[in-house]
Amino acid sequence: MSEITQEQVTHLANLARIALTPEEIVSLTSELGSIMDHVATVTEVATPDVPATSHPIPLQNVFRDDVVGQTLTAEEALAGAPDHDGSRFRVTAILGEEQ
Amino acid sequence: MAKLMDYDRALELFEPVLGFEVHIELSTKTKMFSDAPNYFGGEPNTNITPVDLGLPGSLPVVNGQAVRYAISLGLALGCSIAPTSRFARKNYFYPDLAKNYQISQSDEPIAFAGSVEVELPNGRLFTVPIERAHMEEDAGKLTHVGGATGRIQGAEYSLVDYNRAGVPLVEIVTDIIYGAEADAPELAKAYVSTIRDIVVGLGISEARMERGNLRCDANISLRRRTPEGEPPAPLGTRTETKNVNSLRSVERAIRYEIQRQAAILDDGGTITQETRHWHEDTGQTSAGRPKSDADDYRYFPEPDLLPVVPSPELIEELRAALPEAPAIRRRRLKTEWNFTDLEFQDLTNSGLVNEVIDTVAAGASPASARKWWTGEIARTANAQGVDATTLVTPLQVAQLVALVDAGTLTDRLARQVLEGVIAGEGTPQQVVDARGLAVVSDDGALIAAIDEALQSQPDVLAKIRDGKVQAAGAVIGAVMKAMKGQADAARVRELVLERATALPE
Repeated sequence: MSEITQEQVTHLANLARIALTPEEIVSLTSELGSIMDHVATVTEVATPDVPATSHPIPLQNVFRDDVVGQTLTAEEALAGAPDHDGSRFRVTAILGEEQ
Repeated sequence: MAKLMDYDRALELFEPVLGFEVHIELSTKTKMFSDAPNYFGGEPNTNITPVDLGLPGSLPVVNGQAVRYAISLGLALGCSIAPTSRFARKNYFYPDLAKNYQISQSDEPIAFAGSVEVELPNGRLFTVPIERAHMEEDAGKLTHVGGATGRIQGAEYSLVDYNRAGVPLVEIVTDIIYGAEADAPELAKAYVSTIRDIVVGLGISEARMERGNLRCDANISLRRRTPEGEPPAPLGTRTETKNVNSLRSVERAIRYEIQRQAAILDDGGTITQETRHWHEDTGQTSAGRPKSDADDYRYFPEPDLLPVVPSPELIEELRAALPEAPAIRRRRLKTEWNFTDLEFQDLTNSGLVNEVIDTVAAGASPASARKWWTGEIARTANAQGVDATTLVTPLQVAQLVALVDAGTLTDRLARQVLEGVIAGEGTPQQVVDARGLAVVSDDGALIAAIDEALQSQPDVLAKIRDGKVQAAGAVIGAVMKAMKGQADAARVRELVLERATALPE
């Protein structure tokens, strides 16, 4: 069994901005542990001669030409916004700062 | 207000340890991952596509030109180019990016392990080690509204413009920089200035700090000095100063942080690891966000993008096209122009090397070009609080120098002409014509004025005739005044001595 702790789950939930009840923390700790165990099994199968990969299909260097295409209008951009001032998105007061 | 230690005292007790992160906005036509125009400005939220808004179903595609620019920059920084590099998601919640993550590069940057040679104002050469340069996307612009009025409840909100979101960036990260010692503030400025010269030379960024095309975050910590023979003290806790938007601010911010941290440490206090904000108006930094859980970015490979695997042929092609490195160019120009160390240093510090190059190319001698740019033009720019390059063009300066060389203008008149050119009155020749500023080279007019001056000052005339040549100064002054300064003083002097003997007793 992987050593996923309730503290780690609480930390992850906080990072992901997900509110969890104490019961959910308990159950997710166990479920995440199972997932980690499963991944660990895969790791056992992968021998050192199998390189790490981030993609199942070996494609690379897919680039776009530097040519301007179709843009949205501000009206289109804001169409799905919960709130706006006519040209910019309006969001609630932000605590903290830019990254 | 924070307590500050005297700078020299701080350096006696502590060794400053530096590190810089410089962000460069690339001047591609389109964004890093979308075909929206790379143009920040204009109406808010118009230079965007669904990719820049992170709309469901939209997919990023890498801008090939941005990759070539990043490789060129990596090579110019003396870096190795990674055979394979990958994009990664940097996860954080902040509305400046709509996706809740920034596409960046984490442990597989496109360029790594380089170095940059910078020259300090005192002539010292310093090699800054570069850890890496990686590609990423810029964030949108937030405007905070309310709050300052004190009415916190319900009145505060922020407005978001995503025009800048997705603009291609290269972030250049230095290794830890030791050994700058008391030159730390000057090194910071010289480093950022050199990076600016490099990207401008490559033509890959506008690199205007005041517009945010080039941004510097300065990391600094202090290490207590230990007596000789004892092991060095561990590195101190660092702060990261943001919002430094000019070369001068970079220098001032480093000096301020050294003095601030030294005062705290010497009082037995501890430095908080945090970001700090530079305030240009007060010349101070203030505490920002402490490093915390929020910095757990959970990087993972960006599943929507494929690895970048530049061919050796492409890398060599870009390497062959690199312009001359600033340090090498500097040495070449100094020799070509036959400047002394001091003269060249003076020019480098003024940041007007390119202007002098262009002025020389337009026909002026290097010495005259340097004299005008670092002298009268720089002084005027300083007095007006503007950039010298906005006042006049190198061509205008070369034309001015040509008028002086041809004897049409004295230096004094040339300064008046320059004033006219700066005021937008036209080319130097047009100002000369319009203001009637040319030197009176008609000896007849000069002789008449000289004779009159000599005759009205018979005592001076007598002295000159007795061989007391220095007495001529009073007559020359009177003649120059009569000519309203529009005469060549050397020629007047010649004529005064000539007329003093020629005049009847």
